[in-house]
Amino acid sequence: MLTIGLMHYLVLSAAIFCCGIFVMITKRNAIGILIGVELVLNSVNVNFIAFDRYSQQPGFDGQITALFVIVLAAAEAAVAVAICMNLYKNINTIDVDRGDALHG
Amino acid sequence: MLVRRWTSRRFLLTASAAVIVLSATVAFGQESADLKGVPRAVQGGLLEALLFYLFGGTALVAALGVCVSKSVVRMATWLFGTLGAVAVLYLLLGAFFLSAIQLIVYAGGTLVLLVFGVMLTSKSPWVRFECSKVEMAAGGGIAITLFTGLFLMLTRATWPASAATANGATVKDFGKELLTTYLVPFEVASVVLLVVMIAAAYLARQER
Repeated sequence: MLTIGLMHYLVLSAAIFCCGIFVMITKRNAIGILIGVELVLNSVNVNFIAFDRYSQQPGFDGQITALFVIVLAAAEAAVAVAICMNLYKNINTIDVDRGDALHG
Repeated sequence: MLVRRWTSRRFLLTASAAVIVLSATVAFGQESADLKGVPRAVQGGLLEALLFYLFGGTALVAALGVCVSKSVVRMATWLFGTLGAVAVLYLLLGAFFLSAIQLIVYAGGTLVLLVFGVMLTSKSPWVRFECSKVEMAAGGGIAITLFTGLFLMLTRATWPASAATANGATVKDFGKELLTTYLVPFEVASVVLLVVMIAAAYLARQER
């Protein structure tokens, strides 16, 4: 319990991941869903870096992957916020349940 | 009452005290041979456990705060707590560069972008979107089931020995690796960022 190992980080990141999933399911605001996605990406980053630290072979594979995850998260947030602004311009709300114009 | 008295100023004071203690430990601690930059006192000792439980607990509480808060601005504030605590966990894991990047890009860039998005897409910043009880129960059920499954799987599996390998993870080595072995993904990421910049400006432009 007092010796921190790989499992501790994995359990913590699993908990943060589930919080992110819960946020993505229950929030209706598009930006709230985006915040849930950020939580999930963060937990995945913790996993990558913990595996990189405790792996038996030298190298930076996990850290480099986590760096690219951060870059892509920033890019995804920028595009998603632009889409939210377009949605707000067109239907005057960012409630994702209202954006059903393509509904068959 | 207790919650109300625990103002943001006191929280900031406590957080900065924790950061100062951590930096002092890193600065004055004896550097270990296994992992460059991480002092021996932090690595594998009681202090590591203390710091892990402190900042891991902070990250978890802030993530739960994101789950329960109704307004989006509050959610973004709780998310800031998670991001900061996870940055300290990166420090404990020896990923110094990523810890700085986490604070600069995530907390400084992405989160501010999200708050800008909230403010541009609502008449008042305190937007509330109520969720029905059924959806709440379904989401909670899915999340709790998923966590239980993951927890059982993680605790039953056998992991390699907890002793860390000699990674020598300094920022210098990291940069060398990034610009030699991982040069192609690095360049692709920069092209992706350019495309995203143009696309976001195009999508968010004002109609003439």
